[in-house]
Amino acid sequence: MKLTINGKNETIEDVMTIMQLLSKKQLNPDTIVIEYNQEIIPKEKLNYISLKENDNLEIVSFVGGG
Amino acid sequence: MEDMLIIAGQKIRNRLLIGTGKFPDKKIITDVLTHSNADIVTVALRRVDLNSNEENILNYIPDQCTLMPNTSGARNAEESIRIARLARASGCGNWIKIEVISDSKYLLPDNIETLKATEVLAKEDFIVLPYMSPDLTIARMLVEAGAAAVMPLGAPIGSNRGLKTKELVKIMIEVIDVPVIVDAGIGKPSEAMECMELGCDAVLVNTAIATAQDPVGMSKAFSDAVKAGRLAYLSGLGRLSENGKSSSPLTGFLYE
Repeated sequence: MKLTINGKNETIEDVMTIMQLLSKKQLNPDTIVIEYNQEIIPKEKLNYISLKENDNLEIVSFVGGG
Repeated sequence: MEDMLIIAGQKIRNRLLIGTGKFPDKKIITDVLTHSNADIVTVALRRVDLNSNEENILNYIPDQCTLMPNTSGARNAEESIRIARLARASGCGNWIKIEVISDSKYLLPDNIETLKATEVLAKEDFIVLPYMSPDLTIARMLVEAGAAAVMPLGAPIGSNRGLKTKELVKIMIEVIDVPVIVDAGIGKPSEAMECMELGCDAVLVNTAIATAQDPVGMSKAFSDAVKAGRLAYLSGLGRLSENGKSSSPLTGFLYE
């Protein structure tokens, strides 16, 4: 299944939730914010959304800035 | 009466606001924020680099600090609003520094798009601090739209050139009722002090501290300069005069 993650095309083999994708990528859900198809997803919902073909994910976090 | 800066009903412990960009090492950020007793601290929001396991900046910011994410990277109001909403979803509060820039050479803010973003975000209960080019009319409109403070630039971001916009900032201080915070361009503690002597409520410094040889020492110097400038403002500066005016009595000489 093809996805866009942070502007890049990615293919994943299995059906999985957003939370499962995050653990696969070793990302801590407490330090990031997820936008799924232009919609901000609260952390408690990450377990309940299964990724599907052509989904668009933005995974962002804080960095140093002025 | 205690002299306290209050923004959106919150007492701010330090009139020196510190940005966390450009530090050579994240560990230094903790030292800088602790030693300068910083309160409001800015951060930016970016896409996570999926190929590197970089540690989160929030781990380096002391708990007592108030986090103020900026919307840097936004080129218009819409992008800025999107970044602000993402920042709030992180659960780190509702402060937001609106930064909308479409000019890549001087990095000057787009006041019109900044106003549009302020209107939307203030209605969504963000505490909105817009970064702006010093313009009284826009500042009034920003306050009308719900800005908790206004942040005119002293000089282009990262330029370390000082308070080049002094006359315009002075007018804003006189007229605008919310706190006026000079953001961007302040390169030396003496320039931060100049802002405070003028009557600014606070200054935001990043590059000058982050790129100093000793950022911790520089943050202390800035913190002291801001305090000294504030005290000078409150104490009332002496009048300017074209001529010399003797400080000692001019009567009672021996030969009189």
